[in-house]
Amino acid sequence: MKRVFPILAVLTGLLLAYAFYEAIWVAPMERTMGDVQRIFYYHVPSAWTAFLLFFVNLVASVIYLIRKNAKADAVAVVSAEVGVVFCTVVLVTGPIWARPVWGIWWTWDLRLTTTLVLWLIYVSYLMLRRFSDSSQTPKLAAVLAIFGALDVPLVYFSIWFFRTQHPQPVIGGGGSIDPRMLHVLLINWLAFSCFAFLLSWARYRLEWLQREVEEAQALESLLGDGLAAPTRAPLDKTSSRTGPQ
Amino acid sequence: MNSIKFLYAAYIATWLIHALYLGTMVRRYSRLRKLRKNLDIDRK
Repeated sequence: MKRVFPILAVLTGLLLAYAFYEAIWVAPMERTMGDVQRIFYYHVPSAWTAFLLFFVNLVASVIYLIRKNAKADAVAVVSAEVGVVFCTVVLVTGPIWARPVWGIWWTWDLRLTTTLVLWLIYVSYLMLRRFSDSSQTPKLAAVLAIFGALDVPLVYFSIWFFRTQHPQPVIGGGGSIDPRMLHVLLINWLAFSCFAFLLSWARYRLEWLQREVEEAQALESLLGDGLAAPTRAPLDKTSSRTGPQ
Repeated sequence: MNSIKFLYAAYIATWLIHALYLGTMVRRYSRLRKLRKNLDIDRK
């Protein structure tokens, strides 16, 4: 596995470079917006990747609630954190596109507002994971994740069912797109999805390292207090447990 | 409409966010590696 990660990292780097080249030099220029429309090739794939990660977070949270599986809990934390990074990209690139096209950075449009709420929900999820010491934290976070995931379809369908300032969907929902633009969009989505997968993999390893260190520290403090060594086995990655936060 | 600067700004912002996150992960990883090493030494 140690060899697979660098190979995948190089391949993803090449794919991202190719996707960038396609977005800047190959995709046709949009007639009314001009070059600024090319932001779309970073904005939309980042949004789709964030949605995908929040879906993974939902599935992992449900599995954790049912089976109390530590791996599912770790996957939930990781997917929420990487999802927030991609959602941040969406919230930053959106206003940069809106300024020259709409003449304003931000408007309290339904799509924009629900996306901001989605970001805030997952930031609060991460804050709960970071600052709460209770053994109930993974359970509370899993419940919060389920409520957070309810906002994802609201964000996605807000431009289908309500009149908003945000452009209509380019795939489905009555929208249309030049096939060359669609090709570049899908390449960028593939590249960002691979990048998200790599980030999640690295973050997952970091999560386990953190749990190992916290477990070792807890053991150390128990031994330091002169108590008997705990009967609990050292961190077993295959075991089901609540796990330190 | 001089939109090219907005295009550059968006692409730079995207990679800046990812670079910041990667930097945070690398910092956390090196801190945890150091902590684990210290804990191993203490136990020995």
